[in-house]
Amino acid sequence: MLQTHENIPLMLFDGSWTGLLTAVFEAFERKILKIRLVSQEHYAENIFDIPILIESQTKKAERVWKGLLKRMDSTSRKHFFYTYLSEQPEAFQHLLDYAIYIFSNKENATKNYGHPDVLAISQIAKNVSRESHRMKAFIRFERWNDMTYFALIQPDFNVIPVIAKHFKDRYADQKWIIYDKKRHYGIFYDLHSIIEVNFDFVDQQYQSASLVKSVEKDPLQEKYELLWKDYFKSTNIQERKNMKLHIRHVPKRYWRFLTEKDLSF
Amino acid sequence: MWERIREKLTILADAAKYDVSCSSSGSNRKNDSKTVGDTGSGICHTYTEDGRCVSLLKILLTNYCIYDCLFCVSRKSNDVKRAAFTVDEVVELTMEFYRRNYIEGLFLSSGIFKNADYTMERLVKIAKNLRLEQKFNGYIHIKTIPGASEELIQEAGLYADRMSINLEMPTDAGLKLFAPEKSHEEVKRDLAIVKNQLTVYNSERKLIKSTPKFVPAGQSTQMVIGASAESDKDILLTANNYYNDFNLKRVYYSGYIPISNDSRLPVIGTQPPLLRENRLYQTDWLMRFYQFDVHEIVNDNHPNLDLDIDPKLSWALRNTHFFPVDINTADYAAILRIPGVGVKSAQKIIAARRFGRLRTDQVKKMGIAYNRAQHFMVCSDSSFQLNTPEPYQIKSKILSEGNSRFSKTAAAQLTLF
Repeated sequence: MLQTHENIPLMLFDGSWTGLLTAVFEAFERKILKIRLVSQEHYAENIFDIPILIESQTKKAERVWKGLLKRMDSTSRKHFFYTYLSEQPEAFQHLLDYAIYIFSNKENATKNYGHPDVLAISQIAKNVSRESHRMKAFIRFERWNDMTYFALIQPDFNVIPVIAKHFKDRYADQKWIIYDKKRHYGIFYDLHSIIEVNFDFVDQQYQSASLVKSVEKDPLQEKYELLWKDYFKSTNIQERKNMKLHIRHVPKRYWRFLTEKDLSF
Repeated sequence: MWERIREKLTILADAAKYDVSCSSSGSNRKNDSKTVGDTGSGICHTYTEDGRCVSLLKILLTNYCIYDCLFCVSRKSNDVKRAAFTVDEVVELTMEFYRRNYIEGLFLSSGIFKNADYTMERLVKIAKNLRLEQKFNGYIHIKTIPGASEELIQEAGLYADRMSINLEMPTDAGLKLFAPEKSHEEVKRDLAIVKNQLTVYNSERKLIKSTPKFVPAGQSTQMVIGASAESDKDILLTANNYYNDFNLKRVYYSGYIPISNDSRLPVIGTQPPLLRENRLYQTDWLMRFYQFDVHEIVNDNHPNLDLDIDPKLSWALRNTHFFPVDINTADYAAILRIPGVGVKSAQKIIAARRFGRLRTDQVKKMGIAYNRAQHFMVCSDSSFQLNTPEPYQIKSKILSEGNSRFSKTAAAQLTLF
């Protein structure tokens, strides 16, 4: 529940993880436990507001995180981090209120699904988790002729941090890149470790997963794409056709990145 | 050459698609060798236009077959194009698809050419090549070829994550009618070989940690629904027996899709019984995750599942004395029985009520289907009801609320979802 009452003090932070945790610290430091928390990106200026500007500080953030870790089990830690990755304006507010609630109450408060913030965080985390699962499913690598496997994504939430390990564990003997077109960054696995990368050419030239200009695809790439499309068609049972169900499972916004849904050839 | 591969893939994927299982979960192969592949909770990489999950590359090694099973598209007497992959072709397709994140692994079945052992040997060869030469740790599902030797079945188990063999028809008599060469006895023999070997490996593993994996994702089977005259009771009791006797991970129900002009089978063009299939799966879930005994759901008084309402609601309406359940005091098993409350919501209710008695508005938000659940539960703020409504009143109220498929009549098979 986003509180918009103007008498409630407003905190502005930079949208970062450190910033979020610093805001929790400041709330307790200043003993104001009812606050509106807004990230600068989402803030629309209002002449009645006198915002408290939160300066992200690693030390304060670490103290808060340590404290939270003591009060959360592995599931609620995951929920907390996933909710942060949702980048939703209301998520930041829930996280702040949740942290205040957890610090102000006895053990196991994280299990109180009757509490609005506890429930909201479990639900937002579920959405982020679903999106990260979809990325594990829908990522389609194409092979470049230097044997690097490349995939373009545009997820609803910032899920790269939670899918990196899955791909590193699975594809340990091939170089790969997963690039988030929306957030303008990607990760590159070089057979040893994962590094963050930013490519200008991706933003300029990759409109969908199948358009490559400045890099050359492996000459066999198109042939395997074609075989995959053949397979996708042949394994369908026409008599059971159910497009409504199909679209529910594979929403249209993902189609442009899916080899089998690319009808251009 | 590519065109030939394309043609083979088209033929052999088309022939394999009637096998329902596409599960890739239940195994825990790690990529310890730092090569390629692992298995975990299973991923559906895409869905076909029929709405079915595509998790594995599901193909036949060949659709040549010496048998003439009436319900099978690859039967000897059927006039279809035939093809056969080589071992290397299957290995290469699997690896190339896997590396591009198209699939979780391979589902390999085959028509029977020459004899059972000759066919099974080739399936084992493919799995062995993937594991030992390609160092592939992804998912492999192998269909046991009926009548293959014990040695070959056991060897397959060393490389496969899951093995399965289909019952085909829910009763042995039904099977005999359509496939005189096959029997449920043969299926039982093959399931038992793997089950017994699993027991041996599991007890060894307790002593020696390095005991190799053996069919870590267990066994499954499949029955065709609606080809012959079995009742839902016949089908579900058979499923229940196989779950119990062979520790099966899954029983799959496959609505028969007419592919033959034989007068003993539904004519070509008949709609597959999708709604009935769906009700059978719902019942299967009630048996495995909701602590229902199969006899509570189907019995002599109630041999067939309702098509207009789900089996859990149907049970509730036949057992109104069990309700309403007070969610603030009832145990987990009772909460699970409330129509519209799933496993996750039941767990949330149990966890949350420690912090105080739960009200309707709180429970509503936890993800339950309130339009169904409200008739069967009591929350802290529920008002006392003077007259308990009759089951038929509740049923018509739920149906009239027009929530998607419950409002459709049983005849509307076409527009199910």
